[in-house]
Amino acid sequence: MAKAKKSTVKKKRTVAKKIPPKAPRKVIKAQTPDLDADTLWFMYRKMVEIRKFEEHVWDVYTRGLMPGLAHLYIGEEGVAVGVCSALKADDYITSTHRGHGHCIAKGGKLDRMMAEIMGKESGYCRGKGGSMHIADMSVGILGANGIVGGGFGIATGAALSAKMRRSGQVAVCFFGDGAANQGIMLETINMAVIWDLPAIYVCENNQYGEHTPYHRVTGVENIVDRAAGLGIQGVTAEGSDALDVHAKVTTAVDKARKGGGPTLIEAYTYRYRGHHVGDDGYYRTDDEVKFWMEHKDPIKLLGDHMCKNKVASAADLDALQEQIEQEVLEAIEFGKDAPLPPPEQAYEDLYA
Amino acid sequence: MPDISFREAIIQATREEMERDETVFLMGEDVGRSGGIFKCSEGLFDQFGPERVLDTPIAEAGYIGLSVGAAMTGMRPIAELMFGDFSLLAMEQIVNQAAKIRYMSGGQCQVPLTIRLTMGAGRSSAAQHSQSLHAIFAHVPGLKVVVPSCPADARGLLKTAIRDDNPVLFFEDKMMYNDIGPVPEADDPIPFGQAEIKRAGSDVTLVATSSMVGICLKAADILAADGIEAEVVDPLTLVPLDKETLVQSVRKTGYAVVVDEGVQRFGVTGELASMLSIEAFDYLDAPVARIGAAEVPVPFSPSLELPTIPNEERVVETVRTLRS
Repeated sequence: MAKAKKSTVKKKRTVAKKIPPKAPRKVIKAQTPDLDADTLWFMYRKMVEIRKFEEHVWDVYTRGLMPGLAHLYIGEEGVAVGVCSALKADDYITSTHRGHGHCIAKGGKLDRMMAEIMGKESGYCRGKGGSMHIADMSVGILGANGIVGGGFGIATGAALSAKMRRSGQVAVCFFGDGAANQGIMLETINMAVIWDLPAIYVCENNQYGEHTPYHRVTGVENIVDRAAGLGIQGVTAEGSDALDVHAKVTTAVDKARKGGGPTLIEAYTYRYRGHHVGDDGYYRTDDEVKFWMEHKDPIKLLGDHMCKNKVASAADLDALQEQIEQEVLEAIEFGKDAPLPPPEQAYEDLYA
Repeated sequence: MPDISFREAIIQATREEMERDETVFLMGEDVGRSGGIFKCSEGLFDQFGPERVLDTPIAEAGYIGLSVGAAMTGMRPIAELMFGDFSLLAMEQIVNQAAKIRYMSGGQCQVPLTIRLTMGAGRSSAAQHSQSLHAIFAHVPGLKVVVPSCPADARGLLKTAIRDDNPVLFFEDKMMYNDIGPVPEADDPIPFGQAEIKRAGSDVTLVATSSMVGICLKAADILAADGIEAEVVDPLTLVPLDKETLVQSVRKTGYAVVVDEGVQRFGVTGELASMLSIEAFDYLDAPVARIGAAEVPVPFSPSLELPTIPNEERVVETVRTLRS
């Protein structure tokens, strides 16, 4: 009994020290790869597409234009774009329930995504998946997944398949700090390690598993601290800095393609909005949210870098933002105009 | 037709499919060098090497998860789960991922995955190595469920399972591995969804799955001595299910007993009895009877275990009661 009491006290103290998390504890050595202007523009464009798309999803939701829920990626754009800009078109990704950003970054089309979110027949999944299951197998998106940690098996299996077929492809498994406490992570990474699979595990540590700060439910300060125990190379990245993410993923991809095995990358990031569109984020302080928005906004950081290096002017970036705003509005119109699937289609697509 | 064992039929089908299609590979615990705990992959490691016969860690959720991802991306995995009980560790991968990913994506992918797993009590393996869990998977849309009852069916159905573009749960009753039977030498896949009349009869229909087919054939011999001719019908696959053959038989005989080794409540016998009661209602001379495993975990000691499993005496007794 005495022992139990002691541990309670210890836990309390630890929790008090750790909340709220303001910034990653691990010191990250950010890298700035030497990228050409086209790549920088592409990355900037994709991040703005994600930001604007998600802002409009919130609007579509509140206007009652979509059924169900959505989990917004706003604030985390640097991770999806940093990762996917380092991949080839036929490389694989598995996404999470917060998947819109990954899909856009890997080449998903805004109109078909929006139609799917609205439950329409012309959506990516013909209205059978919705926000949490968007997939576009033609560009290697093996699906967003409604199960936390649901991508580990599929991504690792895709990496096994790529190795067996000697295709040169790699598979990226996006997962959150919440999924890092699922047992499947250990099981699948272990197999990627013993078989040297071309897999890259990207932990988007946005510091909250739903409403709970990850420090309260996780025995290590950083998810990447588990890398040594898994026998995998662990790397940390500044998730707000798409360039740093791009550089580190590029290294991991090169290694994987050469048969060097998997890498675990932890990218620290933050979601500006709640867990889902109906969550006001009561469990976080305004100061904390403000800190990330003001100091670590991935779009602003890349825009500043481009202006500083004379790749773009502020006016150029504004013009692109306006253009993308129009594209998202068109995607919404596409979705609104699309028909709902007729009920008999519920019985299609089950068996091949 | 040469006589071979159920086990040899499994090995033969696996070998021939691996020779026929280089995307087919086998993974599971001890399936490689050791040839499998039930010796169902003996010789395959030597023939195909470690790249196509993968010894996995003891991590059922993990490697079944990998098999799903591999199936989605151009491979045709066979994953062995050793004891069917271990499928419960991989339930998330089978039910939430394998069964649904095609549907959720609007038909964008296929999952040509065969999961081989065992069922069946009777060898004092106790509660966690003896369950017959096929009904659980038959409940899930998106999966197919196969329950062969003899070496020839095992070979033909396994070939079909491997060539199928959907996740297939292939149940092998471990008590049947040494059963010997004639198996055709030709490459003869057996189509899913076609029941087989294993013994023709006019007085009562015995619908039986997996090892219960053998039990019912024995029961039919005993009943024949009494002048009762039982028809034994084996659905071969639960999903898809050949309702037509089952219903036709019951309409002919007017009596039906459904025998399955899963726990009786909420199981295969309940589903089939319900279907037959509805589809053959006007032809039935008595309610459809059900015989399943007792509603307890499988006990260890033979004196406790054997009475929990359906046997020929119970089938005979049930038929006599039904017709009296």
